[in-house]
Amino acid sequence: MEREFFLLLSGVATISALLVVLARNPVHSALALVVCLVQIAALYVLLGAPFLAVIQIFVYVGAVMVLFLFVIMMLDVRKEAQTRYLRNAVWPGLIVLALLAAELVTLLIQSARLHAVLGPGQPITEQPSVEALSLLLFQDFLLPFEVASVILLVALVGAVVLARPDEAAAAGKVDKPHSGGRR
Amino acid sequence: MIPTLWYLILAATLFVIGAAGVLLRRNVLIVLMSLELMLNSVTLNLLAFGHVLQDLRGQIIAIFVIAITAAEVAVALGILVALLRNKNTLEVDELTTLKG
Repeated sequence: MEREFFLLLSGVATISALLVVLARNPVHSALALVVCLVQIAALYVLLGAPFLAVIQIFVYVGAVMVLFLFVIMMLDVRKEAQTRYLRNAVWPGLIVLALLAAELVTLLIQSARLHAVLGPGQPITEQPSVEALSLLLFQDFLLPFEVASVILLVALVGAVVLARPDEAAAAGKVDKPHSGGRR
Repeated sequence: MIPTLWYLILAATLFVIGAAGVLLRRNVLIVLMSLELMLNSVTLNLLAFGHVLQDLRGQIIAIFVIAITAAEVAVALGILVALLRNKNTLEVDELTTLKG
């Protein structure tokens, strides 16, 4: 039963990931990415991490993708939808991707050390509780936790400063186009 | 009971698809979305290994990855809005300021 669930979720995730890359309209790409992220959250539940699944839905689908859709709404996407792919870089890009895929498949199939670690796989018996997770996070990983909060604060301030309209351009001083470059 | 190798193969597939989006698409928005896809495949790998080794530290690092991703998306979209305001384009191959 678990295998059928896994195959269903991974199939939908792969198809929607392909849609992200292939879609002509950026709105369709964003919606396909939402579908893909929800499938991955369901896979987290299968992996015994329900807390991470909830975090994934909240942060990715609730915050990040809504931010993407908001930016797409503000921009003019109709003009952008004419040419989907880079003109001169398709064949080198495809060659690099084929090499990357071959390398990953070779490593996954043939690495003896990896298969020694993996074993037959773990059943979902006892789920690690959120309590154990929070104890580990706030005892052993307290300093990285604080650093992550500082990084979030810096990103907040940086996003506000970056997206702020340029006062010099707004005041009509268009003779210095480089004045907005540092913002 | 699902073999852990299946999760790793799925994560590798998603990573290659995300790399295709980064390398081939012209629109900066799609490039950023493909980057999200690649980060998600990495998180899937972390959770798969944490599950098979019965170690909670995989989940902890996945939490950090998600937090840093949120920060990265906020800054990247701010840069994107400033880019559209100054250069009036979102195409990757038209942003050649560093080319000299």
